[in-house]
Formats: sequence, structure tokens, C-alpha cells
Amino acid sequence: MTTAAVQIPETENYLNKEYGIRSWLLTTDHKRIALLYLITITFFFFIGGFFALLIRLELLTPAGDLLQADTYNKMFTMHGQVMVFFFLIPAVPAVLGNFLLPIMIGAKDLAFPRINLLSWYLLVAGGCLMLYTILAGGADTGWTFYTPLSTAFLNTHVVAAALAIFIAGFSSILTGLNFIVTTHRMRAPGMTWNRLPLFVWANYATAIIQVLGTPVLAISLMLVALDRLFHFGIFDPNRGGDPLLFQHLFWFYSHPAVYIMILPGMGVISEIVTCFSRKRVFGYKFMALAVIAIAVLGFLVWAHHMFVAGISVYAALIFSFLSYFVAVPSAIKVFNWTATMYKGSISYTTPMLYAFGFIGLFTMGGLTGLFLAALGIDVHVTDTYFVVAHFHYIMVGGMVMAYLGGMHFWWPKISGRMYPEAWGKLAALIIFVGFNLTFFPQFVLGYLGMPRRYWQYSPEFQVLNVLSTAGATILAVGYVLPMAYFLWSMRYGKVADANPWGAAGLEWTIQSPPTTFNFDETPIVTTEAYNYDELQEVPVGR
Amino acid sequence: MFETFPLWPARASAYAGQVDALFIFLLTLCGFMAIAIFIMIFVFATKYRRQKGVLAEQIEGSNALELTWTGVPLLIFMAIFVWGAILYFHSRTPPNDSAEIYTVAKQWMWKFQHMEGQREINELHVPVGRDVKMIMTSQDVIHSFYVPAFRIKQDVLPGRYTVAWFRATKAGRYHLFCAEYCGTAHSGMIGEVVVMEPAQYQQWLSGGPAAPLPQAGKEVFMSLGCSTCHRFDTQGRGPNLTGVFGKPVLLEDGRTLTADENYIRESILQPAAKVVSGFKPIMPTFQGLVSEEQLNALVAYIKSLSQPPAGTAGAPNNPSAAPTGPTQLQVQ
Repeated sequence: MTTAAVQIPETENYLNKEYGIRSWLLTTDHKRIALLYLITITFFFFIGGFFALLIRLELLTPAGDLLQADTYNKMFTMHGQVMVFFFLIPAVPAVLGNFLLPIMIGAKDLAFPRINLLSWYLLVAGGCLMLYTILAGGADTGWTFYTPLSTAFLNTHVVAAALAIFIAGFSSILTGLNFIVTTHRMRAPGMTWNRLPLFVWANYATAIIQVLGTPVLAISLMLVALDRLFHFGIFDPNRGGDPLLFQHLFWFYSHPAVYIMILPGMGVISEIVTCFSRKRVFGYKFMALAVIAIAVLGFLVWAHHMFVAGISVYAALIFSFLSYFVAVPSAIKVFNWTATMYKGSISYTTPMLYAFGFIGLFTMGGLTGLFLAALGIDVHVTDTYFVVAHFHYIMVGGMVMAYLGGMHFWWPKISGRMYPEAWGKLAALIIFVGFNLTFFPQFVLGYLGMPRRYWQYSPEFQVLNVLSTAGATILAVGYVLPMAYFLWSMRYGKVADANPWGAAGLEWTIQSPPTTFNFDETPIVTTEAYNYDELQEVPVGR
Repeated sequence: MFETFPLWPARASAYAGQVDALFIFLLTLCGFMAIAIFIMIFVFATKYRRQKGVLAEQIEGSNALELTWTGVPLLIFMAIFVWGAILYFHSRTPPNDSAEIYTVAKQWMWKFQHMEGQREINELHVPVGRDVKMIMTSQDVIHSFYVPAFRIKQDVLPGRYTVAWFRATKAGRYHLFCAEYCGTAHSGMIGEVVVMEPAQYQQWLSGGPAAPLPQAGKEVFMSLGCSTCHRFDTQGRGPNLTGVFGKPVLLEDGRTLTADENYIRESILQPAAKVVSGFKPIMPTFQGLVSEEQLNALVAYIKSLSQPPAGTAGAPNNPSAAPTGPTQLQVQ
């Protein structure tokens, strides 16, 4: 690796077409907006990560000794709110989806470029309000805002936090709307539904959830704010209200939101596994159907978060039953990725390491979901660290691995430069080890009965908590590394050509980085996705 | 070593063993599935690594395989569902003759009222071998009654009763946790369930001075003047409450419901919500006039007006076998 800046051949691309802050803040180019999102969510990822580190440091000892109880409660509240609404939900759709979805279907841009910019501004507006909330002293509702605690018993900045998420929600709705219209109306000639890359299918399914689910979140947060400000009493049992109503409304969005966070990641993994196995995907139609099935069934299982909340036994039975149905398409996806590797020609690049990691960790997260859907087990482990471990396996082990895998895979296309491969592999390994050390002990803690959101805990839980905190420290190193070498590579990285991986897909047929309108002329698609027959011999990682 | 670093929670009820059985089954099944997938990935990744002159074989897919790995997991899932549902059903159906302990949760403590009159805070004494039903409500926000050693958990809500039950099988002291985040001192809202051998439990009981809970409820009933309308004949302006509990009630709007704890509670706090057929909505609300503890005593009293009265934790299970046991309440 040389440390001297490598000369970029001065071809015009979306990065160098215009200069100046104005050309970025008023851009309608989906690729530039994707980069704006990238900067925003990276910022929030490190804020949320900082809160996580404080949580883990507090839990190093059984006594509450590092932070005050209220401060600790604010830390896990804002960790959840920032990570879910300002990192995980926008991560893959708004960054990679924004950049790639139009190119993958052969379009010049999204259907509504200005709405695309507006949705970024909405996220920033919500993000600024979130920052205000944090700096003003934070909220301590938990990211779930359960009533009547949130409506009548806390004096923190609950309304500001709710409003921040409310606004960010509209960003999500507009992105979803844009993706749906773009996928329906902007496909290049020959790009039939059966030829769409699975990444497009995944983002399309996600968009459906964003458009149908997010308004319900907006309604429930609005009701919390109205209850606080004007004492509507909707969730106040003393005035005929019902605190459980909030949980139904909240989870009606927030369970499908789990799929907003994981489906796009599944799309990324399908692209990576096929490319580095040099193979078409196994069972394309089942893979596409599975994401749609997850999006639809995901709306029918929300009350599995409420098995001990005081719902009727029969409601619990139905929601447990349906929860097993939503597990099936996830299983189908894991089996098909595995089968895709069969008789492939597999190279161990950084993105592929992340894909291996994703499949392993997502499998663990999915299988522990079977435990939680079993009513008798859920009663014991819900609201314990078992649940914390389960959803971190899905969202961090699954989604963040997929996001990082995708960032490495498409970084040459986005930046025009290669990242340092050895460092990439090292970081992937550190993250995998750190992640498992952080979260695996939490499964044990959960079955032992340690409740979540505990500032101090019984001494017999300490050994496992120390392991978890040690893991979190390793994980933090793993997350800082890619940040560092991606920045380094923008100036010093090897210049990437149009298709450094020898990957199929329209995005690899155009120059890196692409021009503003992606294609000089509209491509005509004649083959299915993952047509690796002709790309077999192309070297990987030029 | 396992005193300070346990890897399996204490097991203090038969039900806990049943939950553990399903958990171990799932661990085995899912462990097997996970390892099978990991081995496949490992084998494929090494066997089919990129080699000079060896090309990938393009395979479209296989409907037979797809249907297999859709159908087989679904069947297995259904079996897990049924097993889990049976446990849940069991844990949600307290036996009829359970001893009853009223519980009031508040930020940040647990308050218990025994039928014998004992009251406790953050400590719950129960005997071995007795079915105990917790009738719980919250004074403020949502809490959750969680005893890991019994593998039971139930959210405790303001404005209504929720129920949990257990039958301890092993004497000892076990964690009681609040499992639903409830504000500043959530992690301090903890206590202990003290499971005692029946003889020791009787000894513990005899230490307390208090009058039985229904008796306390009767005193509240009288002092609030409930009896001026709810007379024990047919002349009252309100319904005669004798024998009402557990029976179907016809409402003014034509609906029928069962008079359970929640109905009695609601009728005291929001009397106009569900008026009994043939009566006028003239009863004033008692919201703010009775504490949660007094409300529990009232409910226990009204229940005692029906036969058989609620069990006490000091009496053995199945008192129906001995219909005139010493703990039965005499209703005047």
C-alpha cells in the first residue's frame, strides 16, 4: 500500500461534477443524497454506540456505581431511540438502497428526486430535535414509551423525543413511497419483476412496511404527546383509558419495524453470496416470495410482545401461532443462501466474511425467536436479557453485519476507490468475535432471570456481565476500524475500475463512481439477475 | 463455584421443571439445526473455494427441496407451538381452590395482603405444596411480577387485576423481580419469595396479629356506608351482594358477564360503567376515597359472601374435601 495519493483519472462523475456545499445541500442526485444519509447515520451510530458503552461500563459491577439510576435509564432509552430510528431503520434503505435501487433497475434516479431530498431533511430535522433532547437532559421512557409511565410519571423530555421520532418517521414513509413508485414505474426495458435483483425485492418489501406501518407509530407517539400536554387520558385507567392500547398501537408498528431493519440486510446478503460464489441464487422465486411473505405476515404478530402484558389467553394463542408462520420464510432464506454456496466458486473477501457472519448470527437470532414465540418459554424470558440478546443478534449481528458487508461490497462503486482488504478482514473478524462475546452471555443471563433495564443487579450475574462488557469493548474497536480505513481509502485507496469484483448486476456495468445520470443510454435487460455464467473467470478484487 | 456463577436458575416449582423441559428440548433441536447449518456453510466454503480451472455450477433451484424446507420446519414449529401453548394455558389457569394473596405494586415496592390478615412489603411468605394465586394491581405504572425460580411472570397494571399462580415445591428464598421498566428505581423494586415448610409457615402466621382480610373488608364496607344500599335482603337500592361473586350478572344494557374481581373493582370505582339490570345508576364513585389495599379488602369481603370462600395460604389444598375447615369464614 502506498501512502501517496493515487491520481484519479479525471473522468466526470457524480462526485466531481459540482463542488461546494450548495451543490450537496440542494442536490437531487440519489447518489449524493445517499452520501448525505451515510454521514448522518454514521454520526448517530457513534452517538448510540457511546450510550451503549456507558451502559456496559455501568453493568461491569452489580452495584449502581458509575452512573445515577436516572442517568442509566436515559442511556438505555436514548441508545434504543437513536439506534433504531436514526441508524437501523435508515441504514440500508436510505444509504445503499438510495444509491443502488435506481441503478440496479436501470433508472437515472428515483421517481421523486426532490421528495428524496426532503426525506433526508426530515431525518436531519428529527435528528436535530433528538440531539436537543439529549443535550437538554434526555428522556427515560425506554425506547418503547410504555404508558402510563411515559404519559404521567416522568418529568423528562418525553415530548421532544417523541416528536423527534415522529418527524424521522415521515422521512421513512417518503423513502418507502419513493422506492415503491420507482420499482413499479422506472424499470429499464426488459427488467421484468422476475429479473429484479433480490436487493430490489427486499427494499420493495421494506418500503411496503414503511408506508403502511409508520403512520401508526406517528399516531401512537402523537397520542402520548397529547396525553402529556393536554391530559387527554387515552391511556389513563383512572379516566377510562387503557394503558394496553398503547402497547397494541406501538407494536403494530414496531414489530414490522424489525423487518424494516432486517429485510434490506437480507437483500444485501443475497447480492454478496451470489457474487462471491460466482453463482445464480438458489431458488430465486422462493427468495423473492419470502421477503414479501415476511412483510405481510410481519403485520400479524405484534402481540407476541405482550404475552405477559394482560392480554387474553386466546389472543396469546393466536399470536404465538402466527409468529411461527413468520419464522418459515426466514428459514427459507437461510437454507437458500446455504444452497447457493453449494458447488460454487467461493472467494473469501471482506464482504463475503460479513455474509458468513450474517448467516451465522441471523440463524442464532432466528432460532432464539422460536424460543420466544413458544408461550410457556416466553413468560419466563420476556423482559429479561434473553430478549436483549435475541434482538441484538438480529439487529446488530444481522443488520449491522449486512450493512457493513454491503458498504465494503459497494464502496468501490460509491467512492471509486478500494478499501484495504487485509484491514477489512481483520475488522470483520474483530466484530464477529466481539459481538458474540458481548451478546452470547446475555442469553444465559436471561434464562437465569436477570431482567433487562436493570441499573444494579444481583451479584451472581456478575461474571456473565463482565464477559459481555469485555466483548463490547472489542466490538467498539471493530466498528472504529472500518470508519478509519474507509476515510483513508478515499484519498489513498487503489483506484477501482467499473467492476472490481466481477459481479453481475447493472450497477457494475457503469463506471466507478457513476456519472450523475448513471447510464449514458438506457440499458436494455436481456438476462435474469445473477447471470454469472460469463463472469466465472473474471478475477475477484482487482 | 455455581453459588457465585450459576448457569441454570433455581427450580422451586413443578411448573418450573416443565418449562425447563421444553427449554432443553428447544436447545437440543435448535442447537442441532444451527450446528447443521454452520457445518454445511463450513463444508461448502472449503470444498467449493475458488480454484483455478474449477467453475461454479449454475443451479436454478429445486422445488422439491424448497417445499421440504418450508413444510418440515412448519410441522416442527407447530409442535413447539402446541407444547408452549399447553404450558401457558396451565400457567394462566389457577386451580379453583388456590390460596389467594392480594398484591399492590407501586413505585418501587411490592405490598402483599394475605387472607389471614398478614401484610408484607417486598417479602412474600408462602408454604410448600400449596397452590397460591396472586391477585395483583398497580397503584401507578405498569410493573411485572417475576419469580425466576417459578418461571412465572405477569405484568401488573393500574386500574385492573391480573393474576398469576404457582405451587412451590422447595423451601428456600427466591428472587422476586419487577420485570417491566417502571422508572428511576426499577432495579430496586426487588424482593424475596420465602418458601417455608407448612409447619414453619404456620408458625410464621401465628406471629401476626391482624384480622382476616375479608374481615378488614367488611369493616371498610360498613364504614363507607355500602351496606345502606347493598342490604342483605331484596329491599336495597343496590343489588344484594350475597352469592354474587363468580355468578353471571345481567346488565341493564342486556349484556351478561361474570362477576369476577375486575368487575367488582370496576363497580366500586366506576359504578355507572356496567349497571346491573333492574337498578338505577345512582351509586357515586369511590375513586380516590378507597386505597388499593382497601379495595382489595372489599373485593375479598364480597368474594367471601359467596360459597366457598377463597382459600388461605395456611390451609392445605382441596379444602372442598373438608367443607367446614377451620379457616372458612362465617358470614353474618
